[in-house]
Amino acid sequence: MSQPGKPGDFANPAYAPGAWSLAGERVRLAEDAPLRLDSGVELRGVDIAYQTWGELNADKSNAVLVCHALTGDHFVVGKHPITGKDGWWEQVVGSGKVIDTDRYFVICSNILGGCMGSTGPQAINPETHQPWGLHFPVITIGDMVRAQKLLIDHLGIEQLFAVVGGSMGGMQVLEWAFQYPKNVFAAVPIATAARHSAQNIAFHEVGRQAIMADPDWCGGNYLAEGKRPHRGLAVARMAAHITYLSETTLTRKFGRNLQDRDAVTYGFEADFQVESYLRHQGSTFVDRFDANAYLIITRAMDYFDIAERSGGQLANAFKDTPVRFLVMSFTSDWLYPTRENREIVHALNAGAANVSFVEIESDKGHDAFLLDEPDFHKVFEGFLEGCAEHRGLQRKSL
Amino acid sequence: MMLANPKAIRVDLQLIADMIEPGTRVLDVGCGNGALLEYLWREKQVDARGIEISTQGVQACVSAGLSVVQGDVEEDLYNYPDGAFDYVILSQTLQAMMDPKAMIEQMTRIGKHVIVSLPNFAYWRLRLYIMFKGRMPVSENLPYEWYDTPNIHFCTIRDFVNLAKAMGLTIERSLFLDDEGASRTIGSSIAMANWFGEQAVFLLRK
Repeated sequence: MSQPGKPGDFANPAYAPGAWSLAGERVRLAEDAPLRLDSGVELRGVDIAYQTWGELNADKSNAVLVCHALTGDHFVVGKHPITGKDGWWEQVVGSGKVIDTDRYFVICSNILGGCMGSTGPQAINPETHQPWGLHFPVITIGDMVRAQKLLIDHLGIEQLFAVVGGSMGGMQVLEWAFQYPKNVFAAVPIATAARHSAQNIAFHEVGRQAIMADPDWCGGNYLAEGKRPHRGLAVARMAAHITYLSETTLTRKFGRNLQDRDAVTYGFEADFQVESYLRHQGSTFVDRFDANAYLIITRAMDYFDIAERSGGQLANAFKDTPVRFLVMSFTSDWLYPTRENREIVHALNAGAANVSFVEIESDKGHDAFLLDEPDFHKVFEGFLEGCAEHRGLQRKSL
Repeated sequence: MMLANPKAIRVDLQLIADMIEPGTRVLDVGCGNGALLEYLWREKQVDARGIEISTQGVQACVSAGLSVVQGDVEEDLYNYPDGAFDYVILSQTLQAMMDPKAMIEQMTRIGKHVIVSLPNFAYWRLRLYIMFKGRMPVSENLPYEWYDTPNIHFCTIRDFVNLAKAMGLTIERSLFLDDEGASRTIGSSIAMANWFGEQAVFLLRK
């Protein structure tokens, strides 16, 4: 078998522009024993790209795993290597912040199936020496977490102090607590659900159909054909982006304001600012994201249903769990509404789990977990502080 | 028993805290800003949990490292399994419940012991207030007017004792607090407690 895991082998701009030379670490895992996926497929040799911040303490008890969302990556803080923008969780992670890198050893890895350095549809299939494309096995949230567990084992960490994340990151958090309760001291699922709702599957299907309707998608084989389904992927992003916001946000930001013009043009230019904004969101997204990865990851989210795997009862999934939970939702989040977050809490209560739950007042929609929300940050920080005390970690020093 | 407590808590909360064995598992129903829970956690190494409806209260609790769920206690108690806690506490809240009897049933289901503290509506000052003023009592401890009060199900010490009997519950301990803030055992002297108790605290079990 050839060894495509050497960064050099990936360094073919036709396949993965940018991703081979990104900052951070990359490790090849599951070489001796393959990673067995929920689909039954076995992956041998899984690359995981990741970054860490802060220092692991002597007894390795201060590690915090940050799980990223659908279109996130392991560039949590600092300038993003492709977009040049700030990391997606600058508000939360950093020196003196909620997840204090002076105190905790923070880890974030690009998910399995992703497109920023971890094994995904852009990677080379060792059997065909071609990019996997749509032949990449359909993965699940459980598979993503199994791959993360391999990384955590590789780093020699037995128990994570905390696993945290919003949206799809929150699903991974629940999955961690479900699969590896002994390896997680505290879990913070934010703006998420224990099962993907019909409405959310429906939105994902719109995005996938937009990608697949793009002739440049080439049946998933666009990398080999030297094409990119940019239009389809941009439309998928535009549709999804609306679901991350709230009507209040859209109205406040854009209203019915016109874009660089005084009157409507009686045509299909971006007359309205909101159109221009969405087009911009779509067009910048395609520079950093792979269309097949988008298909694979949205599918993984659709399949997510912890209750189904626990005899239909979510409470069974977390019965007598030793993990301490903090669930948080946002009032204006209609993608993962409070109701769905509360279902997690009720299930945890039914299992007599140690759980806190707060609904944060915000009009910023689902994306609130990425934004400047002081109440959210205060509760989050207080919870971690309390957990650190229960875990016997040293108090915050100057 | 007086503890040398770094964080003083309200005298009625102290009475409740004194009924709780160290190292046990406790649920405070309607825990407010978490003063009692924090005391129990710090001073009695209790596994302390709470439910609170107000955003402000829950934020204060979780920020202080307490395990508290934001929710409506009259809906959420049904989610907990039987016997999940050693103690379930309802302090100064029973009178604000839509269905106090159902609350007590739920609490005795999920807790091995239940602690209820309540204002006594038969307290002598309240009796005189109604007698002489002919109006619903408003006082320091009951600061609301009749039209904006959250307290929709007031009862007296005797009422509560009768309800507990009717529900087949065992009253393990009962105390009343007089207007000096001194606590005394109710025991068999219900009539006296019902006159002179401004508040009462009951430790019950099924």
